Amino acid sequence: MECWDTISEYAFRSLGYGTRALPKTDFTLCQQFTLIGSGMLWNIYFGVLALASGFFLATALALGKASETALIRKPCEWFIFIFRGSPLFIQFFLAYETFVLLPKEGIEIFGITAETRWLTKAWAGALVVLFLNTSAYSAEIFYGALRSVPKGDLEAADAYGLSGWARFRRIVWPTMLRLGWPSYTNEAIFLFHATTLVFFSSFPAWRQSGDALYYASYFADKTFNPFIPYPIVAFYFIVLTLLVIWGFGRVNRRLNRHMPGQAKKIRYRPQLVR
Amino acid sequence: MFSNCTDPSALEGLSWLACYLTNGKHLTAYASVGTVLFLLLVTAPAALAFGFAGAVAARSRVAPLRWLGQGYTSVVRGVPDIVFFLFFVIALDQGFEWMRHQVLCPDWSEPIRRGNDFVVCPAAKLPLSTAPQWVHETYGFLLAVLTFAIVFGAFAANVLSGAMKAVPNAQIETAQAYGMTERQSFWRILVPQMWIFALPGLSNLWMLLVKATPLLFLLGVEDIVYWARELGGTKGKVFAYPHPDWRLWYFLALLVFYLSLTQISEVVLGRITRRLSRGQATFAGEKQRKAAA
Repeated sequence: MECWDTISEYAFRSLGYGTRALPKTDFTLCQQFTLIGSGMLWNIYFGVLALASGFFLATALALGKASETALIRKPCEWFIFIFRGSPLFIQFFLAYETFVLLPKEGIEIFGITAETRWLTKAWAGALVVLFLNTSAYSAEIFYGALRSVPKGDLEAADAYGLSGWARFRRIVWPTMLRLGWPSYTNEAIFLFHATTLVFFSSFPAWRQSGDALYYASYFADKTFNPFIPYPIVAFYFIVLTLLVIWGFGRVNRRLNRHMPGQAKKIRYRPQLVR
Repeated sequence: MFSNCTDPSALEGLSWLACYLTNGKHLTAYASVGTVLFLLLVTAPAALAFGFAGAVAARSRVAPLRWLGQGYTSVVRGVPDIVFFLFFVIALDQGFEWMRHQVLCPDWSEPIRRGNDFVVCPAAKLPLSTAPQWVHETYGFLLAVLTFAIVFGAFAANVLSGAMKAVPNAQIETAQAYGMTERQSFWRILVPQMWIFALPGLSNLWMLLVKATPLLFLLGVEDIVYWARELGGTKGKVFAYPHPDWRLWYFLALLVFYLSLTQISEVVLGRITRRLSRGQATFAGEKQRKAAA
């Protein structure tokens, strides 16, 4: 089978394994599927890591924005405002230019030299931007959910003598997640979509190792035929979106398991979030 | 621009900055802000029209039309919008050229797709190879507008079809009881009432659209991102003034520009929401009524 050879050559091309040279002529459907699928690894890498790390910062920011102390509230509000109010594309550019200006030999902090060179590479630099960006968007979602935690739940917590960390951990936080989860699912889907921007902003694709859209536009440029590579990307992303909805739906069921009746099915409404 | 800018050696500090920021290339760059605003002004109504058509088609009684509308609204859901941007710009271009080719050169015998090339007869080229530069630029911009309108039209169709469903059914039933035809009840009852339900979604969509405008750069339009890169870079093709890498400052300016744009939009949209809530049987409308009474 010829296609198996292509898969073994190019399946991990985006990570730098396998054949270095990209196909130049006579593009087969198999090559396009394999290379674009290989690029998807980067989209998944960016999306999963940014979401996983952004979740914690988002919770902290949401709590900060709901704080009574202006000294905590204001920075959180500004952070959310800046990252939600400006295009991700500009954020990528700005971050890249900032990272480039950092001294090459690293920054001395308390006698320890912090390496800065990897920040100009996409795998780290773009991840930082995506992490901050998704934190801001998720924080706004969580903040909205935090404000709609039912009053009765909090009164009941007080009545049971829960306070401070225990009250947050056992009452406020689960309820906040439960209320915010459908919107958070949308945010996750949007984040995966946003990962396609990485290699179209300043971050260079080192040795032509890019994400799915990078390879798709490579093929579209070479063949001058957009009708094959872009639908392939679309196909991969629809599958990814369905997987995200499935995974987040399971979490949603778990978060709602104590509620009477079944948990409401998450409906994906893209326009209502960002 | 200023008269004292003619002697470069005399310039220092603020007067240098004033001269630097008003040189010819910078004035062109400021004009590209107009390009962005113009794109927004043209695309928003166009996308709304596409969305309205899509939403109407999605609730049509004719099955093929309904499938078309539903397919249109759902296809952009799972796929990143930038994929559509990159796709439609080439696909529309080739589509137009192909149509013109069919009309203008019917006796052309060679195939259009030759290996890795897309060749139409010279008369069908868009724009014609003899056309002046501004025609090429305008054509590129129009393609970008159409692409934006199609993609955001699908989002808008989603919002509008939800809003149409949200109008209380009793309203339509009452209209029918008064003897209105389906067309009349649609235009006189449903459409005027749906906007308040559509507004939160449409506001979000506007924000999305504002934040998608830098993607114009990827479509090959000389927009503000293009100019920020060219003017800020140490040495560009278009800007010969030697200076260190100042792109950071240019992108910071862009950041501020977009932040103020979204902030202004938010204030204006808040006002429109209040205006449209007037007299509505919703929570906000009721609050306004009580405040006035």
